[in-house]
Amino acid sequence: MSGEQGRTIPFMLNDRPVVARVAVYETVVEVLQREFGLFGARESCGQGLCGCCTVVVNGTAVSGCLYLAVLVDGAEVVTIEGLATGGSLHPIQQAFVEKNGFQCGFCTPGFILMTKELLAHCPHPTTDEIRHYLSGNLCRCASYLDIVEAVKMAAEAGGSTDRG
Amino acid sequence: MTKLETQELDRDSRAPYREVGRSVPRLEGAAKVTGSAEYIHNLRVPGMLHGKICRSSVAHGRIVGIDSSAALAIEGVHAVITIDEVLTLVANPYYGPAFHDQPILAHGKVRHVGEPVAVVLAADPHVAEEASNLVEIAYEPIEAVFDEVAAARPGAPVIHDVLKPAGMFTDLKYLQGRSGTNVALDARVRRGDVVRGFAESDRIFEHTFRSGKVMHAAFEPIVSVAEMNGHDELTIHSATQSPSFVRSEISRLLGWPENRVRVRTAFLGGGFGAKLYIKLEALVAVCALIVRKPVRIALTMDEQFYTITKHGATVRIKTGVKNDGRMIARQVETFWNGGAYADIGPRVTQKSGFTAAGPYDIEHVALDNFAVYTNEPPAGALRGFGISQVSWAYERQADIIARTLGIDPLDFRRRNILREGRPHVTGTRISNLEIPGVLDLLSDRMEWDRPFDRGTGTIRRGRGLALGLKACISPTTSVAIVHVYGDGSCAVHCGTVDMGQGSDTVMAQVAGEVLGIRAESVQVLHPDTSSTPYDMGTLGSRSTFHMGHAVRMAALSVRAQLLEIAGRAFGVDPTDLACCDAAVVCGDGRRLTLRELMLERFAMQAGNVVGVGSYAPSYEKANPETGQSPDITPFWMLGGAGAEIAVDMETGRINVTKLVNVADVGRAINPSIVERQLIGAAIMQAGFTLFEEMILIDGQVLNASLADYKIPGFLDLPEDLSAAYVEIPHENGPFGAKGVGETGVFSPAPAIANALYDAIGVVVTDLPLTPERVLRAIRKAEGRPMEDD
Ligand code: FES
Ligand code: FES
Repeated sequence: MSGEQGRTIPFMLNDRPVVARVAVYETVVEVLQREFGLFGARESCGQGLCGCCTVVVNGTAVSGCLYLAVLVDGAEVVTIEGLATGGSLHPIQQAFVEKNGFQCGFCTPGFILMTKELLAHCPHPTTDEIRHYLSGNLCRCASYLDIVEAVKMAAEAGGSTDRG
Repeated sequence: MTKLETQELDRDSRAPYREVGRSVPRLEGAAKVTGSAEYIHNLRVPGMLHGKICRSSVAHGRIVGIDSSAALAIEGVHAVITIDEVLTLVANPYYGPAFHDQPILAHGKVRHVGEPVAVVLAADPHVAEEASNLVEIAYEPIEAVFDEVAAARPGAPVIHDVLKPAGMFTDLKYLQGRSGTNVALDARVRRGDVVRGFAESDRIFEHTFRSGKVMHAAFEPIVSVAEMNGHDELTIHSATQSPSFVRSEISRLLGWPENRVRVRTAFLGGGFGAKLYIKLEALVAVCALIVRKPVRIALTMDEQFYTITKHGATVRIKTGVKNDGRMIARQVETFWNGGAYADIGPRVTQKSGFTAAGPYDIEHVALDNFAVYTNEPPAGALRGFGISQVSWAYERQADIIARTLGIDPLDFRRRNILREGRPHVTGTRISNLEIPGVLDLLSDRMEWDRPFDRGTGTIRRGRGLALGLKACISPTTSVAIVHVYGDGSCAVHCGTVDMGQGSDTVMAQVAGEVLGIRAESVQVLHPDTSSTPYDMGTLGSRSTFHMGHAVRMAALSVRAQLLEIAGRAFGVDPTDLACCDAAVVCGDGRRLTLRELMLERFAMQAGNVVGVGSYAPSYEKANPETGQSPDITPFWMLGGAGAEIAVDMETGRINVTKLVNVADVGRAINPSIVERQLIGAAIMQAGFTLFEEMILIDGQVLNASLADYKIPGFLDLPEDLSAAYVEIPHENGPFGAKGVGETGVFSPAPAIANALYDAIGVVVTDLPLTPERVLRAIRKAEGRPMEDD
């Protein structure tokens, strides 16, 4: 990154204050990977269509492949790495494991973060509500049916009741 | 467990297994849901450069100049690599599994839009990308050809001067030196006398069916990283389905022994055939050797559309039947659009081509299959290796025949299917294949005997079913090593790549079953050619069968050694002992845990007990003139699907209201994973059936991105989607298992189209069944075609 294009931004990353030097054209995903070694948000389509790159900024899930890093200046950012606490899985993660809500796993962090947002709005979603809310996330392995089961299980386990 | 039971475990496939047949949750679950699973996509190596590929803008042309000066002037650009630099390292820079036809970078000529011509290297990927747009490449266009049938005709522009079969597959050798043609392979099967067969037929049906080009769109992009180790060793980290093949191909290109090339992989974020054989590996390897620095190249989703696709195909199928519904003659000509480089296309042509008569017992058959070079992006394997293109033809035609003869489609199939013990058209007998069982299960799940309301108004309903047959590719080899460490824990070293199909879990179950330990406690190492033994590749649904065998044999060797140690300790014959609950137990109740056994053997927590297993099934090459072989495959795979649809007569939109995907799986080692493979395949194939299609004009992909090339999401799912399987253990399968990853893609497309046909009697011959295509067909059938038809 050329110097005059760079900026230093402080923000909260998974509940810890951090500072990063970023270029104005860099995306959140690039900065999470390069500066913090966090690879749970990952780029696939690069166009805001698949949801593999999902991160939560100030409580809202965004496509990290399009979201410029400079925009998280001062924001609260939560990534999939921020969900498990003290070595134990978040109830949504647990539900995805138990219901096999994935195959290759590349899309999984995105689905889990969207599920978290869904359950925060709607703690007991119907199948239709789940399908519609998650319809912006794609899974090429097509684990969709299991994802619905996982979301339902997470809802029952009270997946909405926690931080983030 | 008594002695008898232990022996039965090997002999009697109905033995009471503990690990096999259990829906063990995937071993890597926690890693995947926390985002910490390892993918090569995540790898960053200190000092690494990023490569960005400059791609051809013309479909066929001579390169008259490459000017890198503007790119090199950008601050931060480390180098621009073209074929000239490559040639200083590799005198013959052509690679490929079937043919050595693909240059590491364009060599004098380009053969498709998007072909890599140069690579810009920079420490900052943004710099590499920016500079890549500044490399000026001048072309002198050559006439191009895109359609597979046109390209196969004499007089078409020739894309490769001479055919260069690679030698790995001995049955392609006869093509050596052929020139002046785009037909990269012609494979034939002859049985009986098809001319006589047609003469004796009461009715003859002739159709041409087409499948468009579609794309894998695995979510982890194709990515490779190469780095030097010391002075003259190379490590390639690659999202590959075939590490062993990559190693041998890189060794061959460089003229190095295989032991100086290490290829490793991690979890793959999907593969579906896109990451098979060799993709970016040769390019990153030469770049790293040229600049003596680690080099990473990762494709964008858009670039993948220009890298590898599924074959488009034109299938001409002619079938002669008796009035009683028996098919007696069939002739099929299939043209496979292989694009500019063969990749594995000739094998797809050959291996799927010989199944083009379907799972049917037909006396007179002639099959001709042509792998054709065109100036489109290369085509290779995509989940099913060409089967869905031929099943699209034979299963669509089956329903046309059945309806014309007034026979129920299920009944028509029952009258024609290959029964156990009957010879397939290749001459190999059908064995361990439950075609009738799959049909029964389908009929049951579809409630085929119940009356069905087809509707009358704008929304019409229909139902259909279809089958698909595949012969698992052969010959191939798998080798595995099973270790017990000093503390009694166990690891499997095998080259099978877990790309989401769950192979790690399945291999752990196989080893666990033999050793009497829980699958969850078995570690499965990821492929690394420096420590995992040879495997042909994770492809063609071969892993559970081939690698499953190798792991089982390796574990059996470990078990024999453990029983030996325990036998000495107990002073009994090892045959009186059994492995159970992570211990060796004696009939009299004495037991030693694996940890204690290791202490017994090595006197301290040390040492390894190691077992090696190697599996290569028998095979006999087909006669090139007749395609006949008594042993063409280690196992037959059969899929079936049933669909119910509603079609809107005013818009042509199909709504799949029910889809059942059925397979013969031998034995489900992990029932939950098997079901998920079948469901996932059904959804993927539903996308290929209803809307996925690469739109190519003059070799240019007009929809090379997920924005324009839609793949199935939540809102595209069939309303009622389910999977079911028939479980009759295969006599040669490990615990009776067969592969299943592909079986689910053989039948959904024709089942859905047959349901459309059932609903409105309209024949649509081309995939996908877009609303536009369906509406045009409806309007034509109603005698009021669309204006431009
Ligand atoms: S990578 Fe960001 S939405 Fe697909
Ligand atoms: S699990 Fe592979 S893309 Fe969703």
